[in-house]
Amino acid sequence: MKIEKEQDVVPFRNRVKEYAVRIGMSVVNQTKLITAASELVRNMLKYANGGNTIIEVISEGRNSGIRLIFQDKGPGIKDIDLAMKDGFSTGKSLGLGLPGAKRLVNEFEIKSSVGEGTTVSIIKWKNG
Amino acid sequence: MDRIPILRMGKFLLVTIQIDLYDRLATNLETDLVYMVNKTGARGVLIDISALSIVDSFMGRILGNIGSMARIMDAETVVVGMQPAVAITLVELGLELKGVHTALNVEKGMELLQKKINGLDDEEDEIAANEDSTD
Repeated sequence: MKIEKEQDVVPFRNRVKEYAVRIGMSVVNQTKLITAASELVRNMLKYANGGNTIIEVISEGRNSGIRLIFQDKGPGIKDIDLAMKDGFSTGKSLGLGLPGAKRLVNEFEIKSSVGEGTTVSIIKWKNG
Repeated sequence: MDRIPILRMGKFLLVTIQIDLYDRLATNLETDLVYMVNKTGARGVLIDISALSIVDSFMGRILGNIGSMARIMDAETVVVGMQPAVAITLVELGLELKGVHTALNVEKGMELLQKKINGLDDEEDEIAANEDSTD
């Protein structure tokens, strides 16, 4: 699903919710996942003028979960360790987006190269 | 353009957020509320977020901003009706919602605002009374 403008965020969140409901994720975990997704989508819009998202259901043994991938072709992040710190922001925000999103999900992976873009992949397990 | 309606009830302004907000709508609400506080001289702002399924760091910041701005304009802000899952998520995210009061529901929120305002007015009366007695 492509994210190009602010108004795309709400439908994207709804899509994520549909998937989460379909696999029977609890309301608390749904809320955490959608909030994390909202933070990451906002970053994508703000710093890279949008990008692409992938929503998929994954399973490992009996556990199922949702994986979300956020790909942009923005400026990239120079110092990922710094970007993952609470309260650090190059914009005017609170600097909670990346570290906050990480706390809300089970697995969080970020790859970025300056000038090429950033890819963030998160997983929230149904029972996790 | 879409806008969230702001209702006036006596000394208070009431806002019920019924839809999931995209960013522009939230920033409009922030500005509209500050203007309304100025125009009406409202002493309290009550924001019902019971229909919001998520509050992310942006929305949290807007709520905090509204609280701080309203306070500068001599009005207290109370956010009511937060869903439990939203509260859990907010704290894990690292947001404390500084600058706003919270209450379980609209009724308790109104009570809280009433108390805050009465408290403030009593203090002012006391200061005024003390000044009178020293004359």
